[in-house]
Amino acid sequence: MNDVVLIVLLTLVGAAGTAVVMTNSPERQAVTLGMFGVLLSLLFLALQAPDVALSQLAVGTAFVPLMVMLTIRKIRGGRQ
Amino acid sequence: MNRSTRYVLFFTGGALIAVLYVWGVVGMPSFGSHDHPYRDRAVHASVAHATPNVVSSVNFDQRGFDTLGEETIFFASVVGAAALLRPSKEEREQHAANRDNLLQVLASTRLLGYVLLPLTLLVGFDVVAHGHLTPGGGFQGGVVLATGLHVLYVAGRYDALDRLRPVTVFEHGEVTGALAFVGLGFAGLAVSGSFLANVIPFGTFGSFLSAGTIDLFNFAVGIEISCGVVVLLAHFFEQAIVLRGNPQARS
Amino acid sequence: MSYYPYFVAGWLLLAGCFGIVRSRNLVHAVVSLAIAQAGTYVLLLSVGYQRKATAPVFGSTTKPNTNVVDPVVQALTLTDIVVSATVTALLLALAIQISKRHGTVDPDELSALEG
Repeated sequence: MNDVVLIVLLTLVGAAGTAVVMTNSPERQAVTLGMFGVLLSLLFLALQAPDVALSQLAVGTAFVPLMVMLTIRKIRGGRQ
Repeated sequence: MNRSTRYVLFFTGGALIAVLYVWGVVGMPSFGSHDHPYRDRAVHASVAHATPNVVSSVNFDQRGFDTLGEETIFFASVVGAAALLRPSKEEREQHAANRDNLLQVLASTRLLGYVLLPLTLLVGFDVVAHGHLTPGGGFQGGVVLATGLHVLYVAGRYDALDRLRPVTVFEHGEVTGALAFVGLGFAGLAVSGSFLANVIPFGTFGSFLSAGTIDLFNFAVGIEISCGVVVLLAHFFEQAIVLRGNPQARS
Repeated sequence: MSYYPYFVAGWLLLAGCFGIVRSRNLVHAVVSLAIAQAGTYVLLLSVGYQRKATAPVFGSTTKPNTNVVDPVVQALTLTDIVVSATVTALLLALAIQISKRHGTVDPDELSALEG
């Protein structure tokens, strides 16, 4: 794969990871975590790993943000 | 330990780790080098067992024992989370009163959910079944199956989802998957003398009935992972949607 | 470019640890842990990469004796992703249980070990 694509994706993944960590409220973190998951999946695809990209896409964009949102809802006590 | 002490400790430790890491990294072969001895041997062994997907061959055939460990970790985590999330005594009394929680969603979202549900389940089965031929396998396909079922929740029908997944049945399904994996391992032991060996005839390279026991392992892992994820999400949903109200919480 | 992916992996690990150190909410700490884990995945896959090589899956267009990237590290990473998501679920269940018993999820207020 072209080196430029890899450099761009690696930089985006690093920036997205920093953004997830610096987001303070956990509800917003669920959304940025989903975005980080998509970017990570693209990076894995660029590194010629389709199995790993499929796994990361299924897990990191649907499963983990859903659990984080449900946890936040439970902790807040269902207040909107 | 107050916050400033914590920060000082983190930055000292982090700086030390960064120095050691950079020192280690510049001694490694550079990114994209041609020298991968494990790759040569793994590809050679996978082709000898007629498996086009080398990653599945490494997971279930060459290093099957590690996969057994991983799926045992998965099983233990689901059991632990289910134990932590069981309703307490006062929560069980609220349980009956909160059954009618329907989200108000747009009609188009609901339609999209109904259409996507069978499609996603079909894609999940396909990913599990063709794990030895194309990228995929039990782990990925199991997660796709489980989250595909929860499209019903996105379509606003949590009550339909609740009827579709009796939690006890899925708990039994998860145990069946885990036992099937171990059972196949013992079958390999009985036939050829080594645990988790690939003992069914290999078939032709690239056809569906090939690669020996890898497809059976994929089914076992797919059943276990999908049932486990459904059980896990069922407990989270029960805590967050059905059992409302934790009045002491401050965030 | 020879070492850039390894540095990004190290950066993700340290950023995740920094998130855990500065967090005021246990759920925030768990998500930062997921970022640190992603750093290890990037490191593993970067170790196995080879320039001008394809994915380790053979089919009708890729005959079995071409050069591919390392499949062993991909096998390690792919089971790890699913399993660590489940361990994240376990940690979130712990956070729910802590909020039920102590009424707070702020790590600074959870200082005493109660019997």
